[in-house]
Amino acid sequence: MKERMRIMVGLFFTMLKIGLFTFGGGYAMIALLENELVQKKAWMDKDSFLDMVAISESTPGSIAVNAATYIGYRMAGVGGSVAATVGVCLPSFVIIYALSLFLDAFLAVPYVAYAFRGIQVCVIYLILSAGIKMLKGIRKTPFSIVILSAVFLCMLTLSLLAVSFSTVLYIVICGVLGISLYLLQTIRGKGERGS
Amino acid sequence: MIYWQLFLTFFEIGAVSFGGGYGMISLIRERTLAMGWLSEGELLNLIAISESTPGPIAVNMATFVGSGQAGFLGAVVATLGVVLPAFLVTLLIATLIRNLLKYAGVQAFLCGVRPCIVALIMGTAATMLLSSLLGIKTVESAFAPDIRGIAIFVLLAAGAMGYKRLRRRAISPLLLILVSGVLGLLLYGVGA
Repeated sequence: MKERMRIMVGLFFTMLKIGLFTFGGGYAMIALLENELVQKKAWMDKDSFLDMVAISESTPGSIAVNAATYIGYRMAGVGGSVAATVGVCLPSFVIIYALSLFLDAFLAVPYVAYAFRGIQVCVIYLILSAGIKMLKGIRKTPFSIVILSAVFLCMLTLSLLAVSFSTVLYIVICGVLGISLYLLQTIRGKGERGS
Repeated sequence: MIYWQLFLTFFEIGAVSFGGGYGMISLIRERTLAMGWLSEGELLNLIAISESTPGPIAVNMATFVGSGQAGFLGAVVATLGVVLPAFLVTLLIATLIRNLLKYAGVQAFLCGVRPCIVALIMGTAATMLLSSLLGIKTVESAFAPDIRGIAIFVLLAAGAMGYKRLRRRAISPLLLILVSGVLGLLLYGVGA
């Protein structure tokens, strides 16, 4: 029991450190996690680390939370997963909460506001380049190309027409289409999946 | 009740955000704009701040919006909401269904979801470009280009591509944000 407590405290502080030093979200964190957990602490071997990355990428939510929960559970059960998740989220919570208290006053300074108008343009560029990077990484099959272009065109058209259509629906419909295609191929007995 | 509303909204965002990071931008944008919690400009500021501070973008967003709407407790419930789905699903995989991701049905579902997420990110970027730089929000809005914004966009894109050519790796988002801040100060500040 004492030993488990010690592991939980260790997990909490390791994850706190990772949460504090990860800039730019998920993928930047994977390298840091690998270095800390596999190389330095040897808490996981390379294979289970890669398993964890695959799970994080395929489950909803931020990769940091997925990774912390998984590692925490493997090391010290449910208590460990809570300790690791709280640890990884705490730094950004504290920093952003503190910032939120005086950001409005900060942005009211005219020069800061000018700088932020430039930064807003930069963020659009960052989102666009993240999208392009993901576009390059995705497997191109007739099915994925149809989904990609259909969703993109629908979203743009509906937004220009000011018709609201929830993002959640797009995701659910595309997931169901994926399953339907799979079922169709299984019924036809082709054996190949158009993934 | 605002706490419940914050919790539910961010729980939903956490539950359908596949692909990490920018995967949740489209839904965050849709919900926060619809609720009147943020304007487009505030949302973009917030994304920049999330990129420049440590931690997962989702947590940063939830904490900030929660705090703005309902103080400290609001920040706590919104953050809890956005984290909980990922926590529960991962715990489920770790404890009960280790092979969840190996089921053909789950794989087939993800095959449909992955291209959809990419399209949503591209669609969000395109919508933001049209509304922020060209002034086109709907078909009825008049064409009102922001020349300085367009200039900054072109300069940033050219700079980022040049950097990649020379250094053989992508420029860090943080550096690009700093440069854009200076450009904003020069272009908007001097003209004002």
